[in-house]
Amino acid sequence: MKMNRREAMLFSASAMLFAATSTRLAAQGAESVVRFAPHAALRVLDPVTTSAYVTRNHAYLVYDTLFAVDSNYAPQPQMVDSWEMSDDGLNWTFTLRDGLAFHDGAPVTAEDVIASIRRWWQVDVVGLRLQSVTEELTADDETSFSFRLSEPFGAMLEALARSSSIPLFVMPKRIADLDPSTMLEEVIGSGPYRFLAEEFRPGVSWSYIRNEDYVPRSEPADGLAGGKVPRVERIDTIWFPSPDTAISALQNNELDIIETVSPDRRIMLQGTDMQLVERASPTASTIRFNWSQPPFNDVRLRKAVQMVVSQLDYLDIGVGDPEAYQTCGALFGCGTPLETDAGYTDGSLENLEAAKELVAESDYDGETVIIITPGDVASFSALAPLTQQLLTELGIKSEIETMEWSSFLDRRSSTDPVAEGGWNVAHAVFDRIDLVSPLGNMNFDARGNEGYTGFVDDPETEELKTQYQREPDPEKQKAIAEEMQKRAYDQVFYIPLGTYHQYTALRPEVTDFVNAPVTVVYSLDKA
Amino acid sequence: MLRLVALRILSSVPVMFIVAVIVFGLLRLSPGDPAVILAGDSATPEAIAALRQQLGLDQPLPIQFVTWLAGVATGDFGQSILSRMPVLALIFDRLEATLVLAVSAIIITVLIAVPLGAIAAWRHNSWIDRAVMALSVAGFSVPAFVIGYLLMLFFSVKWELLPVQGYVSPFADPGGAVRHLILPSVTLALVFMALIARVTRSSLLEVLNQDFVRTARAKGNSQRRVLWRHALPNAAVPIITVIGIGIAMLISGVVVTESVFNIPGIGRLTIDAILARDYPVVQGLMLFFALIYVGVNLLIDIAYIIVDPRIRY
Repeated sequence: MKMNRREAMLFSASAMLFAATSTRLAAQGAESVVRFAPHAALRVLDPVTTSAYVTRNHAYLVYDTLFAVDSNYAPQPQMVDSWEMSDDGLNWTFTLRDGLAFHDGAPVTAEDVIASIRRWWQVDVVGLRLQSVTEELTADDETSFSFRLSEPFGAMLEALARSSSIPLFVMPKRIADLDPSTMLEEVIGSGPYRFLAEEFRPGVSWSYIRNEDYVPRSEPADGLAGGKVPRVERIDTIWFPSPDTAISALQNNELDIIETVSPDRRIMLQGTDMQLVERASPTASTIRFNWSQPPFNDVRLRKAVQMVVSQLDYLDIGVGDPEAYQTCGALFGCGTPLETDAGYTDGSLENLEAAKELVAESDYDGETVIIITPGDVASFSALAPLTQQLLTELGIKSEIETMEWSSFLDRRSSTDPVAEGGWNVAHAVFDRIDLVSPLGNMNFDARGNEGYTGFVDDPETEELKTQYQREPDPEKQKAIAEEMQKRAYDQVFYIPLGTYHQYTALRPEVTDFVNAPVTVVYSLDKA
Repeated sequence: MLRLVALRILSSVPVMFIVAVIVFGLLRLSPGDPAVILAGDSATPEAIAALRQQLGLDQPLPIQFVTWLAGVATGDFGQSILSRMPVLALIFDRLEATLVLAVSAIIITVLIAVPLGAIAAWRHNSWIDRAVMALSVAGFSVPAFVIGYLLMLFFSVKWELLPVQGYVSPFADPGGAVRHLILPSVTLALVFMALIARVTRSSLLEVLNQDFVRTARAKGNSQRRVLWRHALPNAAVPIITVIGIGIAMLISGVVVTESVFNIPGIGRLTIDAILARDYPVVQGLMLFFALIYVGVNLLIDIAYIIVDPRIRY
């Protein structure tokens, strides 16, 4: 068949029209599907092996938890129906609620829960503490299990409600019996959605279908607690390496929800009919010092830096939009039950002379300190140059070494001297959900070289944490947390740089979004 | 020709071995530890050490190398450290998208760039020549992501004519595949069009001054026939070389276009694997790319023989 030029043009126009029409039709036909763009690509399926947020969020769809925190960060029962503590606080008994079943049809039993706890408490910092005081963990019957402890553990519900890095997800015993360093390859949970293993394309896309047998709690959804009601039949998750493409796809009805829109990209959606929700867990940046190596093993030098660091400077430069950020001196998070300003005073260059005197008193002998920073993570980009400028003002020589994220993580975990590949100053970024618990907040890991990066070595803080975990009274727990915060400021564990919001964007027809401290999409519906 | 093919296949074995040694060595020398990345930002040193042991990363390097090479020799490229999926399955899962994208971009490129270059050479020093050269400089200078986002802004977001992102297999849905391929292939083609138009022009300019072209004209051939039947085939060798290298470059280097249009291809797999220090996947991909270059070079040599029978190996 031959076409003349006019026919060819007509054919092209028809093809374009067909293309446009069928794109819209395809979108309209997919009403029981939610298309979700997460903040990162899912590659690791095991929520115990890794503390990556994307794996955690995936796990919230597939697995259920014994307890979960509500929007006020208070633990509420999720899989558990009832529980009791003995008068001496040494015996705890829990009973699972009725109707719990794994995706393979098997009922959830106390043995499954015990195996899941045993796998979890080998890797989670709060779990390790619970493990250390547990003398016996036994199944009383099919749905009840008990802890017998060597000493009271007032933070029991807080531990079982761990919501982030790393939550206690319940898996079948045959899977949970695996060593935590052996990654599980079978994804069977009892949560509101089933993972479609055959559709898993690591780093590309992954999907879930509704667990028709899931029995949600009767309470309304509140944070991560309450009824998880799976409304749409299917959730298709698509990873977008380019956030700008994701925003265009949302506008073009190729996506329903974007988990994270940064403050500077928010403007792209303003003036459209898209919903923009401030995420419930704001982001907190920090400066960390390497305690294991000179010169920041000297508290006077750390204090000197603390005296000149102004949160507002970092927020203005790093975030820019005053509507999206707030200064916050509460190390367990602003707007949380343990919020306090104890020990906090924001620094300023007005303190420069006094800070210089501290530098002179310290053991700093003019060596060049190394600031390491990842060049491929936008949230870190403004931090290192500003920190370097402050060090220069203080008369501390410094050099920034930029690397990509994986090298950064590797380098930051090193306790070696700088000459052998170590570091002096780095930055870290947390979601607020990871700050709320004095036992789980990694910034309070004071176990020295055995602990979190920065290698804070402070037995007094570890003792305060032990007091906190023993204490059942929330008021007394709060008083201990205050002491911990004062100690952290006094010894300069790290310097908080304020918090800023990120946003979740949804198409106008998406409803029932639960703005929890962890992004969960199990409740979404489409009008 | 069969001898050429056999020789090339034989010579590719030491090439692949050298690539394997270099890739393995470079990866292990570069900073970054897959166990640290896998465990995540908040992992304790004990958890990282346990993972390293579990993954066999605590073994001496020669043992790791021999274990991997023995697997490769039997067709087992290992498993991804992160997803635990077989490396070959990951590569083949991503290969189709990249191949389809590269081939469609090359087709667009050849259909447009070769005639443009030929016309520019034929109208040497005219406004057409200057316009083609100016366009090719622009095409070469503007980064692919700028072109991609501009096309996306107008054709997808503003006019809603084409999808923003994704890949649809032409074997599953030919219409959907075409719609999804238009913007990324045009983006990719614009850069290569510039290169191929310039090579076509310079190669033709050289041929057009040769005696046989003058003879063809003297024999009364039409201008069109002289250009397309006599000059262009004789200028084809450098053009084929650039197209061939372009195909290999496209397969291994389309990461920007794949990222902009969210196409799950080989380029993205490579970058992701490198950033995550997913050693088995990076090693498998590098061997695969080496194989692609060897194969494309062989095809180019065969094409030389076809277009110019004087060439002997």
